[in-house]
Amino acid sequence: MADTRRRTLLLLPTWAVIGVLMLIPVLLMAVYSFLTKEFRGGVEWQFSLAAYDQFFLTRGLFGDEPAAIEWTYINIFWRSIWQAALATLLCLMIGFPTAWFIATRPPSSRAIWLFLITVPYWVNLLIRTVSLKFLIRDNGPLNEFLIALNLIDNPLPLVNTNLAVQLGLFYSYLPFMVLPIYAAVERYDTALSEAAADLYASRWTTLREIILPVVKPGIVAGCILVFVPSLGAFLAPDLLGGAKTFMIGSLIDEQFRGSQGNWPFGAAVSMVLMTLVLIVLMFHARAQGSRR
Amino acid sequence: MGIAVDIRHAVKRYGTVTALHDVSLAIDDNAFFTLLGPSGCGKTTLLRLIGGFEETDGGEILLFGQDIAHLEPNQRPVNTVFQNYALFPHMSVLENVAFGLKMKGLDTAARTARAGRMLEMVHLSGYADRLPSQLSGGQQQRVALARALAPEPRVLLLDEPLSALDLKLRQAMRVELKTLQEENGITFIFVTHDQEEALTMSDRIAVMHAGTIQQLGTPREIYEAPVNRFVADFIGETNILEAEVHAVSQLTATLSLAGQTVTCPAAAITPGRHHVSIRPERVTLAASGLAATVERVIYLGTDLHVITRLSTGAEMRLRMQNAGRVTPPEPGAAVHLHLEEGALRLLAD
Repeated sequence: MADTRRRTLLLLPTWAVIGVLMLIPVLLMAVYSFLTKEFRGGVEWQFSLAAYDQFFLTRGLFGDEPAAIEWTYINIFWRSIWQAALATLLCLMIGFPTAWFIATRPPSSRAIWLFLITVPYWVNLLIRTVSLKFLIRDNGPLNEFLIALNLIDNPLPLVNTNLAVQLGLFYSYLPFMVLPIYAAVERYDTALSEAAADLYASRWTTLREIILPVVKPGIVAGCILVFVPSLGAFLAPDLLGGAKTFMIGSLIDEQFRGSQGNWPFGAAVSMVLMTLVLIVLMFHARAQGSRR
Repeated sequence: MGIAVDIRHAVKRYGTVTALHDVSLAIDDNAFFTLLGPSGCGKTTLLRLIGGFEETDGGEILLFGQDIAHLEPNQRPVNTVFQNYALFPHMSVLENVAFGLKMKGLDTAARTARAGRMLEMVHLSGYADRLPSQLSGGQQQRVALARALAPEPRVLLLDEPLSALDLKLRQAMRVELKTLQEENGITFIFVTHDQEEALTMSDRIAVMHAGTIQQLGTPREIYEAPVNRFVADFIGETNILEAEVHAVSQLTATLSLAGQTVTCPAAAITPGRHHVSIRPERVTLAASGLAATVERVIYLGTDLHVITRLSTGAEMRLRMQNAGRVTPPEPGAAVHLHLEEGALRLLAD
């Protein structure tokens, strides 16, 4: 009995943190999304479905036409999903070999490689994103380098493109891919690869049928850790992209800025985003659960 | 009987360390062959060279007359039972056993049937759908065996497969392994550091030390006629004493041991100071013989172990069966030891 009570007591801080920092804000967001907007930002405590209506439906410019599906925000979502998926794929393609390389170094030098991976992340994300913009702008080092090599005549217009946003997302979240995969690969028993080769599997078959399935939990964790924050990112699209590369994060960010904002709408967009993420995670959980 | 694996002047180096020094070895087809030695003696390296997991730095490895030294592991018709089994954790027992057959291109029906028969052979028929993590160590061991035997290799390599099992299971598996080898009619190359394991299962044993083969022979030859101090000491228990060899004829050698002149089977050595070995069970208490003082008597259940000291200061152990009628000597007692002459072995170093 005393044991149970002590356990409860010891877990109290954790529950408090989860409650105060996670549940209450999410509940607040859910409540706000069903309230009426106030014009200088903030909310009026009056129930309204206006925010969701604005997100999903359109009634024409003057609001007098029959309700039809509003594509503007759905398109922003679609573009965000697409961008985040691409960033995840890019991170996976670069992150997996990187993680493999580090995990196969002698134990003494692994710590150094991991340290080098994390060093850039000691600098604030905003600063890093601005630096990236500086690197790829028209008369920035990258373009001048390419011109000096005579590979191109005119600077490549990289800033304000989807490619720049991609680069930004990729650069921001790469370690979140590398670290979980590293953890999985480091535990991988190379005798399994030898056993596969012993049983007549080619290198390619060994990768596909043995290595990838065994380190899959690390890959899935890395993909979730990159995909989810990429989906809601707003720094990279804001700083590196333009109007054409508007993402969900920027849309939400805009709703809570100054007097132009619309808190209930921002909250509603957040709720839709969270629902999407939960659906992704549920699929993941089900895939994990169905494994014997 | 043909030769299954012929190793000629194999050399393997890791950086500045030489793991194998010019090893030559011919292994008969359809034999249970054991590579025996302490850790770091090169036995596992030799096995890995045969399996193709390491490249030789010199020499040839012939499998049924064909040089395989530069073939990848997946091109060699040998299979391996790994030390910690290396079962694929994400596959069921049946999928594990069928993996090699799948890689060989058998269709699903054929490989399921064969994998099922293999599981039957190792008494695991009811476990086909389990994951390796749901099996005990002994069961995993048998899955590893079934998996390696399924593609019908002509040579099976076993890398200390019993070392992770507890004693009872290990003893049962020894018999089972030997039976499997005889039933399947293929060559087993078995690596172990356990001399008892080697003696009970093998047709022939190669005792290895420091990257070379010290002695090659049947279990009886290795145990009863060790050629040097390493082999005598590593296999079983023994007494090693210094002796002065006076003359070596074709059949016998004459030598003096602790003041007594004795004869023993000859060896290819010249007269001079040499070491001789005698097993403790071949030394008996007698009315006359080498004078010694009893230091300690150890009770071992079936046996009694008596540690004595000779007048020269050398230790001599003897083992007597605890047959009931024996009264063990008291510590401090003066006794005489009889050495069975045929059991004395002259050692090359």
